[in-house]
Amino acid sequence: MQFDTSMLIPVLPEIFILTAACVILVVDLFLKEEQRVISYGMTQISLLLAIVVTLMTAPAETRIVFDGSVIRDGMSDLLKIAIYIISAGAFLYSKDYLKDRDLFKGEYYVLGLFAVLGMMVMVSANTFLTVYLGLELLALSLYALVAFDRDSANSSEAAMKYFVLGALASGMLLYGISMIYGATGSIGFQAIGEGLANPDVNKMVLVFGLVFVVIGLAFKFGAVPFHMWVPDVYQGAPTAVVTFLGSTPKIAAFALAMRMLVDGLGGLHADWQYMLVILAILSMGLGNVFAIAQGNIKRMLAYSTISHVGFILVGILAGTTKGYTAAMFYSIVYAVMALGAFGIVILLSRRGFEAENLEDFKGLNERSPWFAAMMLLVMFSMAGVPPTVGFFAKMFILESVVSIDMTWLALVGVFFSIIGAFYYLRIVKLMYFDKPVDASPLEAGIDTRIALSVNGLSMLALGMFPAGLLSLCSAALS
Amino acid sequence: MEKIYLLIVLAPLIGAIIAGFLGSKIGRAGAHWVTSGGVGLSALLSIYVLLQFINGSTGIYNDSLYIWMVSDGIRMEVGFLVDQLTAMMMVVVTFVSFCVHIYTIGYMAHDEENWPKGSLAGTNSYQRFFSYISLFTFSMLMLVMSNNFLQLFFGWEAVGLVSYLLIGFWSVRETAIFANLKAFLVNRVGDFGFILGIAAVAMYTNSLDYAEVFKLAPGLADTQISLIGGTEWSLMTVICICLFIGAMGKSAQVPLHVWLPDSMEGPTPISALIHAATMVTAGIFMVARMSPLYELSETALTFVLVIGATTALFTGLIGVVQNDIKRVVAYSTLSQLGYMMVALGVSAYAAGVFHLMTHAFFKALLFLAAGSVIIGMHHDQDIRNMGGIRKYMRITWITSLVGSLALIGLPGSSGFFSKDAIIEAVHHSSIAGSGYAYFAVVSGVFITALYSFRMYFLVFHGKGPRDEHAKAHLHESPKVVTIPLILLAIPSLFIGMFTVGDMVFGEWFKDAIFVLPEHDTLSAIGFHGTWAFFTHGIFGLPTLLAASGVAVAFVFYIKKPELAESWKKRFESVGIYQILDKKYGFDETYQALFAGGSRGIGKLLWNVGDKGLIDGLIINGSARSVDRFAGWVRNIQTGYLFHYAIAMILGLLVLLTWFVIA
Repeated sequence: MQFDTSMLIPVLPEIFILTAACVILVVDLFLKEEQRVISYGMTQISLLLAIVVTLMTAPAETRIVFDGSVIRDGMSDLLKIAIYIISAGAFLYSKDYLKDRDLFKGEYYVLGLFAVLGMMVMVSANTFLTVYLGLELLALSLYALVAFDRDSANSSEAAMKYFVLGALASGMLLYGISMIYGATGSIGFQAIGEGLANPDVNKMVLVFGLVFVVIGLAFKFGAVPFHMWVPDVYQGAPTAVVTFLGSTPKIAAFALAMRMLVDGLGGLHADWQYMLVILAILSMGLGNVFAIAQGNIKRMLAYSTISHVGFILVGILAGTTKGYTAAMFYSIVYAVMALGAFGIVILLSRRGFEAENLEDFKGLNERSPWFAAMMLLVMFSMAGVPPTVGFFAKMFILESVVSIDMTWLALVGVFFSIIGAFYYLRIVKLMYFDKPVDASPLEAGIDTRIALSVNGLSMLALGMFPAGLLSLCSAALS
Repeated sequence: MEKIYLLIVLAPLIGAIIAGFLGSKIGRAGAHWVTSGGVGLSALLSIYVLLQFINGSTGIYNDSLYIWMVSDGIRMEVGFLVDQLTAMMMVVVTFVSFCVHIYTIGYMAHDEENWPKGSLAGTNSYQRFFSYISLFTFSMLMLVMSNNFLQLFFGWEAVGLVSYLLIGFWSVRETAIFANLKAFLVNRVGDFGFILGIAAVAMYTNSLDYAEVFKLAPGLADTQISLIGGTEWSLMTVICICLFIGAMGKSAQVPLHVWLPDSMEGPTPISALIHAATMVTAGIFMVARMSPLYELSETALTFVLVIGATTALFTGLIGVVQNDIKRVVAYSTLSQLGYMMVALGVSAYAAGVFHLMTHAFFKALLFLAAGSVIIGMHHDQDIRNMGGIRKYMRITWITSLVGSLALIGLPGSSGFFSKDAIIEAVHHSSIAGSGYAYFAVVSGVFITALYSFRMYFLVFHGKGPRDEHAKAHLHESPKVVTIPLILLAIPSLFIGMFTVGDMVFGEWFKDAIFVLPEHDTLSAIGFHGTWAFFTHGIFGLPTLLAASGVAVAFVFYIKKPELAESWKKRFESVGIYQILDKKYGFDETYQALFAGGSRGIGKLLWNVGDKGLIDGLIINGSARSVDRFAGWVRNIQTGYLFHYAIAMILGLLVLLTWFVIA
């Protein structure tokens, strides 16, 4: 491999985040307890600067460096920027929550930044090896984050389950990769793509490997039946962690699917299309139906995630640029919606009190009409009510499958969305039509207030003007 | 210019938003300043735009400002088309709206008395009213300035919404709620046709943009489509009639006219603004704007003509027997809208639009004057209780006289030019139905004069008000009420003579309105200058009929009131009076047939379909089964790690067997 320094430029964002994480780790050592906010500030500034670095180093055309390991293209840039912004939002929401519970530690932010780095590597991966590297970096950071409140039995249990199942899924993914390597003799995506075109290649082995790869992916997404960890982790982990874990990793998972299935195994589209059909239908169906039966808001949102994942998979399985664009739009929008929903859950929690049950939303309108309205927007968006952005996200997905003559799948999606609308609207009903159990006013810092307002109103703004984000997405994929 | 157009549209919207959302903060004065200021600014800028067009220093503007979305190649956008027609409409809308804003300050000054004490709806009602009328101005401007069908539809529905809100403004009155519901439902019928028309346009031209559709239209003139029952229809006829059904709802044409008289339940300023001067003329404007489509279908033109002529004559007749001052003016509005439609039907679009403009001024004037009388009479609206008011309210009296004279077409006044142009155009038309229309519009002139001056004499002349108490308190309204009257009286008298040459017979509309040479009735009239038109008209049949209408009114209601009584008895004995009094029974029929019928069907569906099938079986049934299923499957989520792992392995096995083995 020829090395020259210009190869470092495409990976500068990753280098920057890595450096920032290390610097914060060291600086944090020398901080007093009450100065912890400096680590927080540095993390946010790093994420902000990462946007600048990413924009400044954005290449005019796709660049593949380090012997084909890393790719820097329009998609990676857009997704990374979305990851920075949404992660920063999650860190912002979690600040007060962590402070109230004596969890306000530098490690949280360092682990968070490492997770961001892992996602960045995934997004820019161009070989199975790089994919795996990013995936594990993200997963290990998340395991630790889930167990962050280590005195809590629930958190530890959740982390344990997540870890064991994650290890199982990683094992399956690696096994699948080895099969594909065996059949094509390569782990680079371009090389695999060429290998698939070769008529001598053993189709049986390939499909065998493909099944394992898809399962690894499905676990990352939390698609049924590889979703079992999702509700337990969402419920057990501290809400602050769930805010992070429930939002950005969906974007990374989308990138994972694009890199592995489309870039690498695009030649097997006919095979993985039907695998994803099964996963998508099961996810949309069970996710929505299970969510209805939940009384715990975090569990409910966990099942809601699963159903949204089903929708993202529908977009990917369409196998057309239109479908990928729609799925990309959906995953970014979903991350923003999830961020808003958990932001409100965090807002409702106080020292010594976890807002976990649906009852805690009762009469929110009387306690704070503004935040109730924000939650209303987020819920409408999740349910897909126009003119919120959730409607357009769903519509683009449905359009993309209708255009490949799979109208029946669109109908299935619509059918389950209707079922899903029930539990989102139930929250709205609780907020607006029930009397509050606990009438104490909500306290929040000005930063949280502004962020939540921006977050909620973005549902409306993106819904009124969906063309902007959509054209960004389609430009990133072309 | 683009910035100016945006400002014209947005200034009223901003005013409406501020007055609506911050009404309690800025108070009453704040609300009327901010909204009147916004609309005043729009009016000034609109006049500026019009002047630019008159001296030719600006051309037609047609551009899209924002693409909302593109679906299947159809662009949905926000854009403006500003040509001579639009510029004229913008001035009419903003000018009348501005007058109405000023007038409202006086008219609504004691609005709190109209609400039960301490009611929530009555709080800040003054600010809310201003917010609504400003919002209306915004919507109407969006409608007239649109360059595409989607925005037209947006404006169309938005003005309908505000009209609904304002008719039912006094929401504690049952009659007001009945009236606004009626207006809403009747307009639904019209809008259904309208949206079908737009859908047909989009389907066959794959565009919503006016310019593109008009360019493609001639190519589609011979297209036939088959509708229900396999009958063949000309596409253009279907499109035009569908669109016209929308216009029938909005512009209150027979048989969809029933909502307009009831809409008088709303406060008088909005009757003047929405239900006389602007919103109800949206249908006229729309047909004129669509002239490139209507010209391609003589069937549709005949349809427009016959509906218009029927409305013009028969609703005017009802006006003769009404006793509520506002309802007389409302029926007169219906009849005048009919005149405008007739003009459109004979392809004299310019004359129709010209009458729209003159009518906007004098009818707004008549309504506002009626409102001034109502203020003076302490909200008694029965003209039989009035009389001799001229002695107490000089300005209202004079301006009302001006308005009435313009309405009946006193030679030289605005109404004279616009109405004569229409009648002459019908006379020169050879399209099917023009004979009937000529009869209707000419006899309509007599009817118009009769009911206008019946009202005028009963209100302003004769002996003073019956009620001594009312008489004692009768005095002229405040300046904010009378100044708009004077402002409107001026164009009511004079605008016609200065503009008729250019607007109706000249080149003014040549780029905005399209007329086929064989339909061009206006140039068939042969115009030789305003003066010649005037002298010709003085001795024409319409003027004669108008004069005799006034004379009959004078004899019946001033000279020999007993004569009116005996004629009334005579008509009663043959049943004509009752027919008119019942307004041909439209209301009763609709209520029995449509309202009653749909309630019957609704009840049936509710009992059998909704309660039994949907609620019982599908909703509750499926909800129960979803619930049961969810309760059952949640047992799968046991919380045990090994169960989870098993589920994953099972999933793997299923996928493997499905895709690898099979």
